[in-house]
Amino acid sequence: MRTLLLAIVAMLALACVSLLVGVTHMPIWALLSGHDDGHAARILAISRIPRTMALILAGASMAIAGLIMQMMIRNRFAEPTTSGTVEAASLGLLTVTIMAPDLPVMGKMLVAAAFALAGTLLFVRLLRLVPLRDPLMVPLLGIMLGGVIHAVATFIAYRFDLLQSLLAWTMGDFSGVLRGRYELLWVGGLLAAVAWIAADRFTVAGLGRDFTTNLGLNYKRVLALGLVIVSMVTSAVVVTVGMIPFLGLIVPNVVSLTVGDNMRRAVPWVAVLGAIFVLSCDILGRIIREPYEIPLGTVVGVVGSAMFLWLVLRKRSHAA
Amino acid sequence: MLPDRNARPRTVLLLLAALAVAAIVAFMTVGAKGNWDFVLKFRGLKLAGLVLVAWAIALSTVLFQTVTNNRILTPALMGFDALYILIQTMLVALLGTAAVAMLDHNSVFALNAVAMALFSGLLFRWLFAGEERSLHLLVLAGIIFGVFFKSLASLMQRLLDPNEFMVLQDSFFASFNRIDATLLGVSAAIVAVVSAVVIPMLPRLDVLALGRPMAISLGVNYRREVSLVLIAVALLVSASTALVGPVTFFGLLVASLAHALIGNARHAMLIPAAVLLSIIFLVGGQTILERVFGFDTALSVIIEFVGGIAFIILIVRKAIR
Repeated sequence: MRTLLLAIVAMLALACVSLLVGVTHMPIWALLSGHDDGHAARILAISRIPRTMALILAGASMAIAGLIMQMMIRNRFAEPTTSGTVEAASLGLLTVTIMAPDLPVMGKMLVAAAFALAGTLLFVRLLRLVPLRDPLMVPLLGIMLGGVIHAVATFIAYRFDLLQSLLAWTMGDFSGVLRGRYELLWVGGLLAAVAWIAADRFTVAGLGRDFTTNLGLNYKRVLALGLVIVSMVTSAVVVTVGMIPFLGLIVPNVVSLTVGDNMRRAVPWVAVLGAIFVLSCDILGRIIREPYEIPLGTVVGVVGSAMFLWLVLRKRSHAA
Repeated sequence: MLPDRNARPRTVLLLLAALAVAAIVAFMTVGAKGNWDFVLKFRGLKLAGLVLVAWAIALSTVLFQTVTNNRILTPALMGFDALYILIQTMLVALLGTAAVAMLDHNSVFALNAVAMALFSGLLFRWLFAGEERSLHLLVLAGIIFGVFFKSLASLMQRLLDPNEFMVLQDSFFASFNRIDATLLGVSAAIVAVVSAVVIPMLPRLDVLALGRPMAISLGVNYRREVSLVLIAVALLVSASTALVGPVTFFGLLVASLAHALIGNARHAMLIPAAVLLSIIFLVGGQTILERVFGFDTALSVIIEFVGGIAFIILIVRKAIR
């Protein structure tokens, strides 16, 4: 419990750093000493605070979405980017951009979520067809499914001249986050809280239909709840900032190595570490080449895949 | 009397060869108007590029699958072509586009290919030629390596001058429409040399396909052969990536189909079948794309779609059986 508090403090410290980093000059001392003419306060309210909040919300909720998938599918390598969920969400976003471009953002997100749900369900169905549940076959199948869905999306995007938008949805970028443009992420945060409350059920559901039913739970309902949470979180993130690779994969794995597999205990850890990871990658991306910034997706791709490789190859002698 | 076990593969090969010739003839003639001299020259160059790429992808995939002893791997899945792009980016980052533009296309490409062969040779020797390791772990590691190379390349591209980035970016999208004619010569040379080295190895490849312990007990110098094959794969992938950019599932598609059609694991049959299939798909696909869809999509997208589905069906069918 004490270490968790420490982690939360670290997250808050990083959030403060994140508030201070930026291209526009923001005289923080003027703000603190009360000599501000409104300039610093405006920057803070319109750009800095929304960005930092968006980072925390997206990081925490994506990490939790990854954790839920890993629990339900009983596979350490499952997460929205290795199950076709992200690709399905961006296909949905593409469809709604073409068919109903005037729909409010909330509506777009719901359509994207419906597609994400369908894609994830298809993935779960496919897994059921493959009875030999080789642990590493699961992500492989998911990545392939994602590739097929992505090809369909590219095909459509090519015809409607939307390739650039498609690229933006698959690459996390927080540089466009301003007040009024990120609030959808609160939906993700809310769902993450729901996941915390329902945490135990996902663990049980992972043990299979019969086991779950024996314990008096409605297997189908738990599974549906989990898939809906994952799809909604994924599409909220994709709609607002684009996809963050590996986040849902690394953070839950690191937590399971250090804290163990008790889901209720793991959820707050996953949320906090997810936020810390995203905050630090974003700060890195912003200072590495001032005054330009490197999109978060790229930084996470490098740092995250290096970490994940280390994770996989380190225990290769006795794993799988 | 025993039935000739080569009878079926031979018929299949003949059939495939006929189809490949048909695809080539269709590509060269359908919809041709005007000056034949020009048409033949223009299309002939494109055809040469397509056939070269088809050859390089099919050969590299079959070799790679044999060495890794696995039918669901392709070099592309292991991040080979992402590595090529990374090396190319690093070259530009180190020397600057101006310096790279001063060098001629061929020497840049040769430099790339050699760097790639060295680096991937080391990397994958470390992964594959050591003690027996869990294969699926390696697949996963390979996929992550791919993401790592890709992200690292795009990170370096972001750090480049935006103008230099524009120059570089052009070369990264898979396109069969604008094959770089200047690279055709040197790619052809590389592919020819690699093929000349590999073809005498075919019987030994049959032995390698039996797996590491079996191959060693049959007297094959496993480490040496595997390293050699991996370097060959790296060179072939460099050649095809330089010409058309990265193509993910295509190799998998032709290699799996070749296995299914030939029905035995003899490389002397397998490799020609894969190459012919590859030519049929690429040349035929390009013909359909140009004449039916009027260029309105990218061939690599169609390949990605069909290849991905083929892969999923393959896994599901294997699991059910």
